[in-house]
Amino acid sequence: MSDDGMSRIVKTMTSLLFPLVFIYGLYVIAHGHLTPGGGFQGGAVVASGCAMILVAYGSGWTMKKVKEKNLSTVESLGALLFIGLAFLGLIFGAGVFFNNFLANSEFIFFGTKVAFGTTAANINTAGILPIMNFAVGMKVTAGLFAIVLVMAHATSSKKEDK
Amino acid sequence: MSNKRDLVAIIAFSMVAVFFVFTAIMMGPVGEHYFGDPDETDMDDYIINNAQTETGANNAVTSVVFDYRGFDTLGEATILFTAVAGVIMVFRRLKK
Repeated sequence: MSDDGMSRIVKTMTSLLFPLVFIYGLYVIAHGHLTPGGGFQGGAVVASGCAMILVAYGSGWTMKKVKEKNLSTVESLGALLFIGLAFLGLIFGAGVFFNNFLANSEFIFFGTKVAFGTTAANINTAGILPIMNFAVGMKVTAGLFAIVLVMAHATSSKKEDK
Repeated sequence: MSNKRDLVAIIAFSMVAVFFVFTAIMMGPVGEHYFGDPDETDMDDYIINNAQTETGANNAVTSVVFDYRGFDTLGEATILFTAVAGVIMVFRRLKK
């Protein structure tokens, strides 16, 4: 993978396509508690879009824009959010690990009660599940993109002039 | 010498593979329970009947993955974290 990237046509088409892929991945993450998908799947979709950018623009350009250190930070933040929410279950509600203390609690965020059976999809439900989906999505996106970016950068043919 | 040893190894592995495949074919279903007809359905029934009202998620799979079996998801996330850390550690120094 050369550091100069591919032709201008490919770069333009990638710039046009990437927002759509990104928004679709965010949709899959945000609707994880309502539709098939979730944090892992949506994160993989967003990471594929980032890999498309990496292929089109070259690893050197991408490495200048996004350092792998920043990606590691984002991934660690996602993991901390996930574990922190799990530990918050020890404090609130029934007091067990991974307790969904927000669900059906009439809280303003994600606390709407859900009746049994076929109900209309309301995104403001399911307690900590959407937040955990977001944390896992953040983690998977940053992790997969970091893997692809570091591998492409290490195996690129052109030497970095530092 | 090396060729003979390779031949012995290939024959041994083939015999083991044939044994496993033959056993898997001859074994058949364990007891009288076929796929889709389990004996104990307590856990399935509980999740189908209570997941929506307990966790508030319309998607029962997500409620299992992140709520009922959240500890398992924590392990998955840890595996991904370890994989990323290992890959970055191996490949970061190659460029310099």
